[in-house]
Amino acid sequence: MQGVDVRHDVYVSVAGTDLVRLPDGSFAVLEDNLRVPSGVSYMLANRQVIKRVFPMLFSSYDVRPVDHYGQELLATLRALAPPHRADPTIVLLTPGVFNSAYFEHTFLARQMGIDLVEGRDLFVHDNVVYMRTTAGSKRVDVIYRRVDDDFIDPLAFRPDSTLGVPGLFNAYRAGNVALTNAIGTGVADDKALYAYVPALIKYYLAEEPILPNVETWQLGNPTDRQFVLERLDELVVKAVGESGGYGMLIGPHSTATEREEFRRRIVADPRNYIAQPTLALSAAPCFVDGRVEPRHVDLRPYILSGDEVVIVPGGLTRVALRKGSLVVNSSQGGGSKDTWVLSPGVRPPTRVDPPAGA
Amino acid sequence: MLSRVADSLYWMSRYLERAEHMARVVNVNLNLTLDRAPQDAARHWGRLLLALPEPPPWAPRSASDFVERATVDLANRESIAACIGAARENARQVREEISTEMWEEVNRLFLHVRGNRVSEREWTAGTHEFLTSTIGGVQMFQGVTDATMTHGEGWHFIELGRYVERTSSTAALLEVQFRECAWDDDQELGVSEYVEWVGLLKSCCAFEAYCRHYTADVRTRRIAEFLVLNDQFPRSIHFAVRCIKSSLAALAERSGRANGRADRLAGRLKASLDYGQVDEIIGELPAFLQGIVRQASQINSAVYQQYIAYPIESALAG
Repeated sequence: MQGVDVRHDVYVSVAGTDLVRLPDGSFAVLEDNLRVPSGVSYMLANRQVIKRVFPMLFSSYDVRPVDHYGQELLATLRALAPPHRADPTIVLLTPGVFNSAYFEHTFLARQMGIDLVEGRDLFVHDNVVYMRTTAGSKRVDVIYRRVDDDFIDPLAFRPDSTLGVPGLFNAYRAGNVALTNAIGTGVADDKALYAYVPALIKYYLAEEPILPNVETWQLGNPTDRQFVLERLDELVVKAVGESGGYGMLIGPHSTATEREEFRRRIVADPRNYIAQPTLALSAAPCFVDGRVEPRHVDLRPYILSGDEVVIVPGGLTRVALRKGSLVVNSSQGGGSKDTWVLSPGVRPPTRVDPPAGA
Repeated sequence: MLSRVADSLYWMSRYLERAEHMARVVNVNLNLTLDRAPQDAARHWGRLLLALPEPPPWAPRSASDFVERATVDLANRESIAACIGAARENARQVREEISTEMWEEVNRLFLHVRGNRVSEREWTAGTHEFLTSTIGGVQMFQGVTDATMTHGEGWHFIELGRYVERTSSTAALLEVQFRECAWDDDQELGVSEYVEWVGLLKSCCAFEAYCRHYTADVRTRRIAEFLVLNDQFPRSIHFAVRCIKSSLAALAERSGRANGRADRLAGRLKASLDYGQVDEIIGELPAFLQGIVRQASQINSAVYQQYIAYPIESALAG
């Protein structure tokens, strides 16, 4: 990305930040998702479903709407278009129907009223990107891409990729098309960088972070490593390059064999691992098998950055559906919940206590 | 509209039309063969195979074998279940272009045909029910499409797919029957022939409409006239070709590509049906119908050249 001029200096126009609630009630940042964060369609679909199933709940609370997310996202994307293109063509690039987030891609394209394209619909001529339409070729100005960096241009990255568009990266460098999120943003949400984010905020913005990080040990550091190896049964260890709940050791839930395995891996390649305290993630009541039971949750709000930064008042609450589990990732069988942000000044209805002796 | 999207809408619609046609043909002929000797019935089923777009490499052992293969057998690409599966797959690829109601309808249909893998005996008893509800499902889809989707470019590709398929499958069905069955131009029909030719009308959902037009006096010449040249009956070839022509005209206008090859081919075919007389075509009817099948396939490839698989150089020059 050296020498590439990014419009408004916005590299990450869609961010999803995972928040957890600590035992004292305060929120902390668990991790950032800055590549192609997904799940926002569940935020919108959950709200639609809850409105249909429990319409009466909404009348007693002043729940702020989230339905305008599509419009805000479109405005964000439009702000990234090359300035001389008055009526920019914006598309959403999907890997196709076999991608697990395909539902979300079609959902967002419909919400925004833009074309959903696959790599084979696009071609590059003289560093300009076109799509193949029934009325001939049509120039494309902004691509909201949901294809990973490695696959986006077989000439620049993985040559065996059939999901990308040959020549796209050059068109991007030439400033003829905007790509979002920008290529290479993964460097900023790497777990190894996570520990330094508060310091980065202080250095570049001269501000204190509003939300703290979770305490993190770098296993490349000998003192930290010693500390962690002595407490593998208490801590959570994560491989820095993994996501989706893979490559993790949750100390209190692990077996001695698993801990030995992780000890061996950490000693062999310490820089590839970080450790954090096992958080008592907050729980929400869930209706499971006919009963209401607590399940652990985290919260992912979506942050849009174009001309300005916009957060739709809501987010994706992810639930670990297995009893006692702390892994909320949907790839590990997690579920999700509708999330309400109430208007300021609204008092929730008075709680009704159960009759004595019940 | 993206070329890939147009392609998927077109094929979604073609596959649904194909499934409906197959369901009706099987239903009618199943009923019909109950009235005949087993060896006649086998010949009858063999003839139906000839009218498929790609005649399959197997011969039916029995009526239930034929029905099984033509309806729920996924290994057979022409089966109803395979066609509806393919239609749904196409719909899934253009999920954002079609209405939610259409998507739900095509899924309902898909679950209906996939849920019907039952034992042979039960299957025979439920066949009629299965086939009529399949036809009903496809017709429902068409109604929902017309009522919930913008009648724009995408809708015209759906129309185009439906009527290209209808032209081709109706012409093929007629061609086989007029070629394989003995028929006399304008004589009154014997009982067994009567059943045979009424079966053809019913396979095109046309018996009632025919009776209103000509009374129940069934003559082969009139059947040919009705199913080929009538311009008001929605399952006649003439009607279908008129719809092809008008959708192509609407598409050409929207994309600024008037007078393309597809337009000209459809116009020529339409003119031959507009001005054709039954007396002129009846002598060479099988050849005439083969010509229609060929022209439908030429229109199909011309649509591809014009809107979907055109060379990029020509797009940039334009």
